[in-house]
Amino acid sequence: MNTPALKEWPLWEIFVRSKQGLEHKHCGSLHAADAAQALHMARDVYTRRQEGVSIWVVPSIAITASNPDDKGELFDPAADKIYRHPTFYEIPEEVGHM
Amino acid sequence: MYTQSFSVPDNAGQKNVAAVPSTENPELMAAFDARIDADGRIEPQDWMPEAYRKTLVRQISQHAHSEIVGMLPEGNWISRAPSLKRKAILIAKVQDEGGHGLYLYSAAETLGTSRDQMLEGLHSGKAKYSSIFNYPTLNWADVGVIGWLVDGAAIMNQIPLCRCSYGPYSRAMVRVCKEESFHQRQGYEALLVMMQGTEAQRAMVQDAVNRLWWKCLAMFGPPDADSPNSAQGMRWGIKRISNDELRQKFVDATVPQAKVLGVTLPDPDLKWNEERQHYDYGQIDWQEFWNTVEGNGPCNKERLATRVKAHNDGQWVRDAALAYTRKQQQRAQKEAA
Repeated sequence: MNTPALKEWPLWEIFVRSKQGLEHKHCGSLHAADAAQALHMARDVYTRRQEGVSIWVVPSIAITASNPDDKGELFDPAADKIYRHPTFYEIPEEVGHM
Repeated sequence: MYTQSFSVPDNAGQKNVAAVPSTENPELMAAFDARIDADGRIEPQDWMPEAYRKTLVRQISQHAHSEIVGMLPEGNWISRAPSLKRKAILIAKVQDEGGHGLYLYSAAETLGTSRDQMLEGLHSGKAKYSSIFNYPTLNWADVGVIGWLVDGAAIMNQIPLCRCSYGPYSRAMVRVCKEESFHQRQGYEALLVMMQGTEAQRAMVQDAVNRLWWKCLAMFGPPDADSPNSAQGMRWGIKRISNDELRQKFVDATVPQAKVLGVTLPDPDLKWNEERQHYDYGQIDWQEFWNTVEGNGPCNKERLATRVKAHNDGQWVRDAALAYTRKQQQRAQKEAA
């Protein structure tokens, strides 16, 4: 991988797992020189009150995001597929919970 | 803590200038307005009018600067805290303020400004921060009063910001508000302890309250009638409750707390108004407020100089971290080759 010459501390996105069994969740970002320092700083900035048991740091530039202009194209097609939801189907009451 | 209900332009003169008329694409503008009207949220990649972006950059960066400068008056007391317990509490609080500044700088950066640009604004004196920090902390009770009243006023200001229309700002404010309650309670409790002490200690508390009370009322910003930018902020869902309304809420909440504590608030006009069901209060000295905003408060120069010195003194650390990273990258590349 080609790394650009660093002039200032790059930006990192921080994900914190709040407890074992839960997913890592995005909680913010910070600047750090490298991954190890980003982890260290994330601990100080985002977990001062035991908010986490595990941290991921990801260079912000490594994230590819969907374009907000494509929102309709990407997500609207799901809107008329209500048969994908369990509530679409009527089941006789005597069947009970299903 | 600590946005002073700022829509104070960075080139703050006595009066705010009227908003620039919009020359934005009407279609995009209509979609944006519709989302705001529906109480929707705006995220960094969404289209937004330039004036909305500018207002947010200014407000969030001023808010961040306030957190950072806010570390200084209290930091002065870390080495002089009266017990190990109070020292540990104060260090934790000051560390929180630094953290709050970092959340907010990150939120502002999502709008296309850089950390370096914002720091440049602060260090050159162009950007504003909350005026309350341009007053000195003369005795230990000031630290308690900052927690009780200054953080109390800040909480009033910040809770509505958790519902701000700009997603990253509102999310940062949720984190800040969660931590803020500790700040206010520790301050109030420290004062309670002092009030159970000697006559001299009680006098220190009263002295600190006397000096800081009016400054705290001014933190909510100019009266609604003199805040032309407020209406635009309300329209955009950046501001949810007006300066005067927040100030009234703060006074109403604080009077009973002062009674329990056993101090008086230095305002002869402060009394319950049965008809309004609120406390009436006296005139705030806005001349003094603007004078401090414009850089002529008792500590403006000292605060800024301390901040700039801390930044410059840390330059070698930032340089060393970058040099180390570059070296590691070069080594990794060489090994891969």
